[in-house]
Amino acid sequence: MTLVAVRNLTRIFDVSKPWLNRVVERRKKAFLTAVSDVSFDVAERSVYALVGESGSGKSTIGKMLVGLLPPSEGAVKIRGTDLARETDAAKVDAVRRDIQMIFQDPFASLNPRWRVRDIIVEPVASRGGETEGMAERLLEQVGLSARDAGKFPHEFSGGQRQRICIARALASEPKLIVCDEPTSALDVSVQAQVLNLMSDLKDEFGLTYLFISHDLTVVQHMADRIGVLYLGRLVEEAGPDALFDDPKHPYTQMLLSAAPQLDNFGRDVPPPTGEIPDPINPPTGCAFHPRCSIAQPVCSRERPEMRDLRGARVACHLAE
Amino acid sequence: MAETSLNTPTSERSRLRVSLDSDFAYQFRKSPVAIVSAVTVLIMVLCAVFAPLIAPYNPFDPASLNLMNGFSKPMEPNAFTGDTFWLGTDDQGRDVFSTILYGMRISLFVGAAAVLFAMVLGISLGLIAGYVGGWVETIIMRVADVQLTFPAILVAMLIFGVAKGITPVEYRDQMAIWVLIIAIGLSDWVQFARVVRGATLVEKNKEYVQAARLIGRGPGAIMIKHILPNVLSPVLVIATISLALAIIAEATLSFLGVGAPPTQPSLGTLIRIGQGFLFSGEWWILLFPAVTLLALALSVNLLGDWLRDALNPRLR
Amino acid sequence: MNEPILSIRDLTVEIPTRHGILSPVKGVSYDIGRGEILGVVGESGAGKSMAGNAVIGLLSPPAHIAEGEIWVGGTRVDHLAGEQMRRLRGKEIGMVFQDPLTSLNPLLRIGDQLTETMLAHLDISRSEAEARAVAALEEVGIPGAAERVGSYPHEFSGGMRQRVVIALALCAEPSLIIADEPTTALDVSVQAQIISLLKKLCRERGTAVMLITHDMGVIAEAADRVAVMYAGQLAELGSVREVLTRPRHPYTDGLMGSTPLASRGKDRLHQIPGAMPRLDALPPGCAFHPRCPHAQDRCAENPGPRIEDGAGGVACWFPMTREAVA
Repeated sequence: MTLVAVRNLTRIFDVSKPWLNRVVERRKKAFLTAVSDVSFDVAERSVYALVGESGSGKSTIGKMLVGLLPPSEGAVKIRGTDLARETDAAKVDAVRRDIQMIFQDPFASLNPRWRVRDIIVEPVASRGGETEGMAERLLEQVGLSARDAGKFPHEFSGGQRQRICIARALASEPKLIVCDEPTSALDVSVQAQVLNLMSDLKDEFGLTYLFISHDLTVVQHMADRIGVLYLGRLVEEAGPDALFDDPKHPYTQMLLSAAPQLDNFGRDVPPPTGEIPDPINPPTGCAFHPRCSIAQPVCSRERPEMRDLRGARVACHLAE
Repeated sequence: MAETSLNTPTSERSRLRVSLDSDFAYQFRKSPVAIVSAVTVLIMVLCAVFAPLIAPYNPFDPASLNLMNGFSKPMEPNAFTGDTFWLGTDDQGRDVFSTILYGMRISLFVGAAAVLFAMVLGISLGLIAGYVGGWVETIIMRVADVQLTFPAILVAMLIFGVAKGITPVEYRDQMAIWVLIIAIGLSDWVQFARVVRGATLVEKNKEYVQAARLIGRGPGAIMIKHILPNVLSPVLVIATISLALAIIAEATLSFLGVGAPPTQPSLGTLIRIGQGFLFSGEWWILLFPAVTLLALALSVNLLGDWLRDALNPRLR
Repeated sequence: MNEPILSIRDLTVEIPTRHGILSPVKGVSYDIGRGEILGVVGESGAGKSMAGNAVIGLLSPPAHIAEGEIWVGGTRVDHLAGEQMRRLRGKEIGMVFQDPLTSLNPLLRIGDQLTETMLAHLDISRSEAEARAVAALEEVGIPGAAERVGSYPHEFSGGMRQRVVIALALCAEPSLIIADEPTTALDVSVQAQIISLLKKLCRERGTAVMLITHDMGVIAEAADRVAVMYAGQLAELGSVREVLTRPRHPYTDGLMGSTPLASRGKDRLHQIPGAMPRLDALPPGCAFHPRCPHAQDRCAENPGPRIEDGAGGVACWFPMTREAVA
């Protein structure tokens, strides 16, 4: 069953200089299209991963999903409710309660002046819910001790803080947790602990994750379905096996070959060419065509539509 | 290149900072300047608070005053009455030591109340400007900019003048102290607002604020419960330094005759009274209040300086 | 191995604090030979960057070298005074840091930065230095190098900036490069470019490279040998292939196990229990023993053996046998 339906999601940021500067320097308004026409479905109790490099718009999608940013166009529907357009306050609140988020930086995501107990129960306390013993129970569930409830965040290491963030996310008993690079600030051995914890909790509470990451190996480990983003557009969507064994979009192929691998000693393959273009002036047609080894004239003229190909969805004119 | 040598992993560095934070007391013990100024401030505050108990005379009780004691020299028995005053007396026979104690009371009260007023105003406006942004921010900060182009003392005098014009004559002396507090406070809120706005801009983009927005917390709750506690440490530093400035501003206004009335003399009023006798040989009437004001302002200032360094490990 | 370019023996760095002396680096020994890339890997707090900073003389006080020797190209450098060290740093040791912006002077054109560096350390004329600056930028793959010498650092993208830093590090023809997390701030595709570039240039010039990183994948692709650090000490040192495929130290084994791998699929990741101890709370005996699955009484009582040979070894009382792991 579909929990989240994302349809033609677009987000445009106004990155113009202030009015006076524009007048003096005779510049036009500048717009950055961070996310452009992205559609996908997240099935209940599954892990949907968004991968991409910087500027791919993956975090922006995450923020629109949880309602921190309104979409410019398109819609995010969670159980059929569009957070940005729904006017029934009770319905909005019910949906909000079902969504939580885990952030990248465990040092910035906990209020340094609050005790762990107050941090964890805030999602429930702010709605006037009963919180007696809740923090202690959740702390034990994420592998910390109930005694930690009285401490302040600075007394914990990065991995422990991320566990506290997970405990806070669980407090309101959500259905969906958006995880924005949850382990990229952590060391490998700590990352393993946190990823295992997240898998366990998913099974225990029947959670759905939207997992945002730049790390392909982590994504492969966690995800049931993976969407690859390039410059704000979804270029390929597939299950992990299909994506890693048979990548169809040239960008996916490039990403996979560029990712460092543990069993590729002294590998000397030619590295990918070029860099991610300026998102304010993206290339015409397929945004990847200047770096693409199989690009044809059509690629710079026409933007490829998403099409189904052997169990995957891919946005490429030439992929076979 | 010095910066690059700090390239230690994040957790290592922040652990270091955490231990620095908790070593606040240690740094205090290590700093003689901080100890001396803190002790001085503490003694002066205590003296001011307990002035009626400490002062040997009540300088404002006409019944206890003896005009014959006028112009007594410090530590010398008066030629007519034989009474001895530590710091001498003024023209009306008031004990200078006692007037200083009572004057300090007024000065400290006005200073502290003015800073408190400026702080509440500045923090509120700064939080709103930083968090809400947009045209609200533009209006608040442009008003602040405009105010900064006038010298603070001028703003205070203007407010004082207007207030004097609209209060009835019989209430003027009573109102003077409160007008003074508002005048100094209004000339001082800008720096609180600026610092709080800057810190708020940093904090509001941190993920803990996003997490609070996510669960549906309103802007008021986020500003007060989440952001405010995290922007307070620079405010504390400014408040301390502002206190010294407010005390001096009050003294200046009083010296110029637009501040505390002679019936409730502050240190500034005492200095104004004293300067009339400087060249006729009664130097003590001016000197002792002036030295007290200097000591008070200096130690509060030094304490503020130390506080700023102690709360900001990156400066060292 | 031929005469090593960098030779560290028994290096100990200490930071005196009022709670006692901390040792972020303790008894570390390793060599790097000509044209060789040594990967120094470890988690945060392992002391890997601190060791690199000790070599270039950039320890921020009160941290200082308490014991041990550092030899660069046959010269002992750990006790050199400030001025001598500065000269050596530019001439013999090049540096590449994580954030390319802090390594470049934002107010100087990159061509000038390259030229000045060369003039300071090489005996060449200005016009020759200018010509070499363009050549250096071409070599690191900056398109239109001849025009871009006049650009300022902020006019380059992150990946291009890191290329400029590499050109700058290499332009005085140093014998050793210390690269501290050179690709951590970069995207995967750019990371691959930078690593490939670093490898190519060092092979061609015979420069020794100390590649400090937390990323096992980068080590596997770039390094010849690897030094695994844990809590300030060297846990294991040896050729990349051996250490990564057949680790002998239980920590290395745990680290490899906790890395998600394509071949492992979606199985549970191996977990090392606990976390790296803080420097002020190191356990007695071997620093790893509280987290070690093979620990015995001896490990809690005696500090782990040290690797004294700069070529290779394992700092464990009961190293895992190579055959058993395979």
